[in-house]
Amino acid sequence: MSVADTMTADPLARPHTDSVAAFVPDQSRAERTASFDVSAFPVPTGREEEWRFTPVKKLSALFAEGASDGLAWTDSLPAGVTVSPISASDARALGILPPQDRAAVVAAASAAAVLVDIPAEAELAEPVRVVLTGSGDTASHGHVVVRAGRHSKATLVLEHTGLAQHSELVSVVTGDGSDLTVVSTQRWSDGSVHLAQHDALVGRDATYKHVGVTLGGEVVRLNANVRYAGPGGNATLLGVYFADAGQHLEHRSYIDHNAPHCTSRATYKGALQGATARTVWVGDVLIRAEAEGTDTYELNRNLILTDGARADSVPNLEIETGEIEGAGHASATGRFDDLQLFYLQARGIPEDEAKRLVVRGFFADIIREIPLADLRDEITAAIEEELASTAYASANPAANPAANPTAPNADGQTVTKEN
Amino acid sequence: MSTLEIKGLTVSVETEDGPKEILRGVDLTVNSGETHAIMGPNGSGKSTLAYSIAGHPKYTVTGGTVTLDGEDVLAMSVDERARAGLFLAMQYPVEVPGVTVSNFLRTAKTAIDGEAPKLRTWVKEVKEAMGNLRMDPAFAERNVNEGFSGGEKKRHEILQMELLKPKVAILDETDSGLDVDALKIVSEGVNRAKGSSDLGVLLITHYTRILRYIKPDFVHVFVDGRIVEEGGPELADRLEDEGYDRFTSSATV
Repeated sequence: MSVADTMTADPLARPHTDSVAAFVPDQSRAERTASFDVSAFPVPTGREEEWRFTPVKKLSALFAEGASDGLAWTDSLPAGVTVSPISASDARALGILPPQDRAAVVAAASAAAVLVDIPAEAELAEPVRVVLTGSGDTASHGHVVVRAGRHSKATLVLEHTGLAQHSELVSVVTGDGSDLTVVSTQRWSDGSVHLAQHDALVGRDATYKHVGVTLGGEVVRLNANVRYAGPGGNATLLGVYFADAGQHLEHRSYIDHNAPHCTSRATYKGALQGATARTVWVGDVLIRAEAEGTDTYELNRNLILTDGARADSVPNLEIETGEIEGAGHASATGRFDDLQLFYLQARGIPEDEAKRLVVRGFFADIIREIPLADLRDEITAAIEEELASTAYASANPAANPAANPTAPNADGQTVTKEN
Repeated sequence: MSTLEIKGLTVSVETEDGPKEILRGVDLTVNSGETHAIMGPNGSGKSTLAYSIAGHPKYTVTGGTVTLDGEDVLAMSVDERARAGLFLAMQYPVEVPGVTVSNFLRTAKTAIDGEAPKLRTWVKEVKEAMGNLRMDPAFAERNVNEGFSGGEKKRHEILQMELLKPKVAILDETDSGLDVDALKIVSEGVNRAKGSSDLGVLLITHYTRILRYIKPDFVHVFVDGRIVEEGGPELADRLEDEGYDRFTSSATV
């Protein structure tokens, strides 16, 4: 592993007291406000625990109330899947989780909700695709409600592209025994701002997986939350992110173990490149007293490719019962490993390509978790594109031709091929 | 016909007390088809010589020259040296998580040759080379050096050498930590490479054991950052009997 200083904190030995810097924190994650009422959430100042890492000054348009347009919506629906408007009251009747911050509550209040309905027992060989495209920097809001019927098996892909100032609530309710994967890609143009809360109420004995792939945008904050509707649920929250100079990419996960015999995994991996690249991961896990037999683990790894980038990583684990199967968390942020680079270069691989190879390998275990081979290839290609567009600061393209005169290298660029 | 020529090489490393000179004037010429054994006690600078030729950033060359067929090796980046035909089999190969052996080998081969190998012949070539080194085919899908045993790491190094076909290979204590069976397999690999490609070999070792399987043409005794005695294979036999005491005691006078 490229990270030298692995830190695995023992929650019992080391209570998390670092958040008291500016505020007295909530005694428990459970006490954090959750409501459909906009007035329950004051406009954040940046000093709040849940906003202290985020550049709130750039987000004021998304904290303000008022009707707005949504993003352009294009979908591709396998047979049986429907998309239709749904009223706020009908959506709430499905059991969707309430908003947990100002941006999410404003999104829920401002947007007309859309229901993506996956019928019971449907087994979809193709993903449900929704492409959301922004076309300007005026504020927009969206509320997507997803219902996965009992014993259905499906994958939903939400693609975010274009230029936008977008606040979004995605409310997933999965039926008993269902198996749903939600892949959300954030490939915004530069200058975009995206605040998102993606919730899931996971059905009894259901399997839910959420994969966040965040590559583009100036500020992206994606909060993935899980609660359980009954025992036996299994939730996996995954994320990969690559921050270049000028980007703030933030991922938060909150798994509320409120039912017995449920499992959860949260794994987020980020790479940072450029002096002002910034990433944040905050992973909260709460195991309530009634959640006996819980098995949970959360992990965050960050790979710093150049000096000056900053990755914040905060795993929080609260345990209210001793009757659990297991609970753990780990976080490590490390510089690029020079030994790995030397080893690969000593096999003839140019520095640029060697770095890409290491980053690709670093993300590999998360990509492997994406269902459907075509989709996996697509996400891999998106990451490849991001890596290819990344010029490493210390790369030395000019020196190549002398060493390898036969290389087709007339333009003086480092030639790299992938096949 | 290739020649690696090292002349008057001096190398230092940065320490807390300032730069420390490790190599103190090394002269050595390795031609195609020749096998040179460099033998010496721990801390004599043998590995520093290997890493300096490969271009490890930790070592600073303060004097002398290294050329491969007249080209200035010291002016090349690490990857350029490899593409020019140098190969270093490392004593401690590095783990690269998430990168499979097959992907790594193909990427390296593509970089060395300047074009991707033809898929069908390449797959066959890799399979055959792995078979020769008694490596399970499943090995190709494991991540580079991750969870490899000591013997697997060394066989993986030799596998790369056989596939990348360098002009000159430097084997840095490839024999250390190997049991006799693994040592034989690794040695066979080196002999195969020599037989098929006129490879020049610089074999760095602490023990004479590997020289039973890989016959050196020249033996150099390395003490305190320089070569203090040179000879043929008989010198290795003498070291086997006498150890390094004769050299280390004189070096400290």
